[in-house]
Amino acid sequence: MAQAAVGTVSNLQSREPGPEVLEKVDKVIEAYRGKEGALIPVLHEVQQIAGYLPRCVLRRIARGLAVPESEVYGVVTFYSLFTMTPAGRHKIGVCMGTACYVKGAAALLEAVRSASGAGADGISHDGRFSLEVTRCVGACGLAPVLSVDGEIYSRVEPEAVPAILERYP
Amino acid sequence: MERVRLLIDGQPVEVEPGATILEAARRIGIDIPTLCHHPALGGGGACRVCVCEVEGAKTLVAACVCPASDGMVVWTHSKAVRDARRMVVELILAAHPQDCLACARSDTCELRRLAARLNAGPARFRREKAVPAVDASNPSLVRDPSKCILCGRCVKVCRDVQGVAAIGYAHRGIEAAVGPAYGDPLAYTRCVFCGQCAAVCPVGAIVVKDDTDRVFEALSDPAKHVVVQVAPAVRAALGEEFGLPAGTDVTREMVGALKRLGFDAVFDTQFSADLTIVEEGHEFIERLKSGERLPLITSCSPGWINYMENFHPELAAHVSSCKSPQQMMGAVIKTYYARQAGIDPETIVSVSVMPCTAKKFEAQRPEMNSSGYRDVDVVLTTRELAAMLRQAGIDLSGAPQADFDSPLGESTGAGEIFGVTGGVMEAALRSVSFALAGEPLEELEVRPVRGFEGLREAEIEIAGRPVRVAVAHGLSNAEELLRRIQRGEREYHFVEVMACPGGCIGGGGQPLSKDPEIRQKRASVLYRGDRAKRQRMAHDNPAVRRLYEEFLGQPGSPLAHRLLHTTYCQKLSPAAAS
Repeated sequence: MAQAAVGTVSNLQSREPGPEVLEKVDKVIEAYRGKEGALIPVLHEVQQIAGYLPRCVLRRIARGLAVPESEVYGVVTFYSLFTMTPAGRHKIGVCMGTACYVKGAAALLEAVRSASGAGADGISHDGRFSLEVTRCVGACGLAPVLSVDGEIYSRVEPEAVPAILERYP
Repeated sequence: MERVRLLIDGQPVEVEPGATILEAARRIGIDIPTLCHHPALGGGGACRVCVCEVEGAKTLVAACVCPASDGMVVWTHSKAVRDARRMVVELILAAHPQDCLACARSDTCELRRLAARLNAGPARFRREKAVPAVDASNPSLVRDPSKCILCGRCVKVCRDVQGVAAIGYAHRGIEAAVGPAYGDPLAYTRCVFCGQCAAVCPVGAIVVKDDTDRVFEALSDPAKHVVVQVAPAVRAALGEEFGLPAGTDVTREMVGALKRLGFDAVFDTQFSADLTIVEEGHEFIERLKSGERLPLITSCSPGWINYMENFHPELAAHVSSCKSPQQMMGAVIKTYYARQAGIDPETIVSVSVMPCTAKKFEAQRPEMNSSGYRDVDVVLTTRELAAMLRQAGIDLSGAPQADFDSPLGESTGAGEIFGVTGGVMEAALRSVSFALAGEPLEELEVRPVRGFEGLREAEIEIAGRPVRVAVAHGLSNAEELLRRIQRGEREYHFVEVMACPGGCIGGGGQPLSKDPEIRQKRASVLYRGDRAKRQRMAHDNPAVRRLYEEFLGQPGSPLAHRLLHTTYCQKLSPAAAS
């Protein structure tokens, strides 16, 4: 089900932050310039805007706030909230809570991995999916649970995964 | 001030408020082991090797950061403490490569010594960890992150003392690492290659790039004429590598040892320091007369030049166009000396011994070939020279004493003090004042520019006019000085900047030392040397005069410009480019 890697590069490039995004980023930096402890709130807001924190954006923030780039990078890699990789168009969550795990979430996760083509960073090469392992989503009665863009699929058998993902082009 | 009284291992001790348990213990002769602590940088509280038991405290406390308090009862080697320390070291060792024999810091590794001291064996734990790549991207420093123990000393010195922050902490937990942003190699950062990180690293995670084999190879090639120059700061520190007390002048032993090593000629960078003063003094007087591009800022420190190019390219016009003494000497060796001695410059291998790691970078800059060849072929640090001497079985104190060779071995006291912060300024003032007033300064020793305060300034009267000067050492101090100038708070005519704290004597390539007085001791060698010199003003150097008469013409002549001056650029690193 994983798409061929044709067009990968252009797909990724098309999701580099454009000028309008960078303009918003600059406004955030401007609003915080000269304030103590600005780095984390700025990173947070910028990630909301850009979806992720690519290198060029981190450099912009470092220069804008006069914080060493090594420190910005240190903060971004310390907190799991921040990501330097762009998210896929659709977000898949596989619950690894105890109930889901007991009901076969590991096999489900494997099936999602191969069907979505997610790499080690959780992003599929075509930028279509990003895969995240979640903690208990509170739907233990429906275990094992899979969510795509917030929609919950219950009692999912591994074989059913390709058909589910096909609904998300 | 209220004194703090406490008991350490049953002994009473009194300290001033704010002193740490570590300091209090040392005062009564109890040496609590440390690893991340460094006297120049303070405690880190990162490695937990210095833990002690404090009665009433829930857990063991880190002595390097925990302040002593009144009535405290501390035990520094109880069973709980000994077990904890040993465990800490064993866990560090478990994540550390075990190939100590092949490590550049084998002899000087603080972790290895500590393990032996605490009787901590390496074999109990094993950690599978991906081995990160070695970064040998630049001519000065080699970083091997697999050896890093995350003590943070390098991060502190780079960020706080030098204000460069080329490296920092990244990631967390088992992935935690020290390094440049994005895991880039150092060459792509704003690193200035000062090597202060390598000087404070307790293990072999950051070391100076080893060029000793290149020199041994040249020395054993009969077709090569191998020439060496030695910077002033080297003679003030080399003795430490051979067990001599800090502050021992080993100039003549060092020259004898270099001759034993097989160099065909041993020259003194103090000669070209004098030459630098003649050229830079000429430049300063021209600027002073025209009032243009003031302040003039010195250019001898390649770490500072890298900093200027990476962080303040807008100041390039203010920085003296003079090459550093190393590079002037390189250019003179392959032109003037080659001609005088009747040697084909093609066959000359020009080696320099420097207290500095940035000099390795400087020598490889593409424009440093004004002689028609690479002006300086190989740069060794003081530590590398010591390693070569040991390898060759030459004990410094047993070496026959010898003098530098002619003609590039003659120097004045002005060249001698180049190696200490304020020295270039003092040397320049001596000659500039003579040129403008026609007589030496009333006080040849310019006391206000001496000392070890991070920033110093003075107003010196020369030929009836006040000349305002400032001196900074350590790049954070330099940054502060530049800010004051750029904000218009201060106006100077002449500014000296040295990248390393203390100037060259505190360079990243100098013998490793944790002695807090080390810079003063080394400086005393150079100041004594200055006083003992027949001439103390650079322009009085007879060999420099001959160089102008026979070869260069006048200071600032077209030939002098071609060989002895340079231009600056913005370093082409991605970090600096945007």
